Amino acid sequence: MRIELTTEIAAPRDAVWAAVADPAQWPQLIRGISRFDHAGGPATGAGARYSMRMRVGSADVGGLIEMVEWDEGCDLAWTSVLGIGQRGRWRLRDAGPARTRVTLRFAYQSPGLLGWVADRVAAPVVRRNLQSGLEEVRRRALRLSVGPRRRRSRGARA
Amino acid sequence: MIGSLARLVRGSVPTADLDDRDPDYIRDNLPGLWLLATIWHRAEVRGLEHIPEQGPVLLVGNHSGGNASPDTLIFTLAFSAWFGVERRFHQLAHNLVVSYPGIGAMLRRFGTVAASPENARRALRSGAAVLVYPGGDWEVSRPSWQSARIDFGGRRGFLRLALEERVPIVPVVSIGGQETALFLGRGEALARLLRIDRAFRMKTLPISLAVPWGLNVGDLLSHLPFPAKITIQCLPPIDLEQWFGPDPQVDDVYESVVTEMQEALSRLAAERRFPLVG
Repeated sequence: MRIELTTEIAAPRDAVWAAVADPAQWPQLIRGISRFDHAGGPATGAGARYSMRMRVGSADVGGLIEMVEWDEGCDLAWTSVLGIGQRGRWRLRDAGPARTRVTLRFAYQSPGLLGWVADRVAAPVVRRNLQSGLEEVRRRALRLSVGPRRRRSRGARA
Repeated sequence: MIGSLARLVRGSVPTADLDDRDPDYIRDNLPGLWLLATIWHRAEVRGLEHIPEQGPVLLVGNHSGGNASPDTLIFTLAFSAWFGVERRFHQLAHNLVVSYPGIGAMLRRFGTVAASPENARRALRSGAAVLVYPGGDWEVSRPSWQSARIDFGGRRGFLRLALEERVPIVPVVSIGGQETALFLGRGEALARLLRIDRAFRMKTLPISLAVPWGLNVGDLLSHLPFPAKITIQCLPPIDLEQWFGPDPQVDDVYESVVTEMQEALSRLAAERRFPLVG
């Protein structure tokens, strides 16, 4: 099952990157994430491993994931090592002056015929959770980008 | 006839081979369990973070739902999803359950072994988390209107086991299972009359109204559970030595653990507004 969500945020790429590039914050960022513990490798960046779970229906599903791509300000991707098979990616691209297009892709696959059914039953919940993550990134990026601008304008008036 | 059947069952109780547990098989079957738990029972499992991250632990549950007890399957799903199928997890079940043709083999791949102190000890010594239902057939057959009552029938073996093996206990309290059929009584007199108690180590022959049988005596062929909402709560771990000293009285510990679980179960019952719906 593959879910892709895209939005444009009126904030520069570095502010959006700052909002997504701290996996320790993901439980606060994405609704339903019940567990996100560092589980090996560097603290962040490619090779960092995390034990993650998302509450979907009656279980906290997920497993051990590893960051496999960490292209500063551009792409952040992970894949599962153990547990439910999954791949995910935050993709940030310029969308005009001080605007960023953000794409969140998430693909997961459970085994067998019942897994195929379960994936589709779970999809609306997973989509809502990811959507909440995208909205939270927008809020955080706007805060991060507005903060320096306000400070700059106050400095100019003084 | 009962005697020959008992001999047949005794002969078919498999020796507990902990290696029968098959993580790949469990992984392949988790989606089916997830669908059952999510759609049919709207199950909620809370407090898994109370279970120690590693090492042996005795998970002590109250047992509900007759022979189609959904609690075990739902908890197995929750445990395997939370810790991963790689973590060793065994469930203790009545001889009859592990001897059922077909179902017994399936359960053994999930890690179920026949309930006995020896099997539990071996599982704990292998470093596994072990789920035990001290109330067993006695508690699982209680009338539906006693759904919110912990009733281990005075069985204290699980505490001796935890003390001897020096493993922590995590109480696992659940509600809703006793609403998956209308359990009318334990049928103890009937069990005695038919000598089931001696032949099969079963003190009860539960009488219930259940789908598809209507009046269901014994629940030996199980039943189709009503879609009752199941809520399971794991409580903080109890380190028996730390809580009760190096040489505690088993009776005192028993009272304390049962009281703790009863309070939690009463809280879950208070949250419930309607039978089945939850």
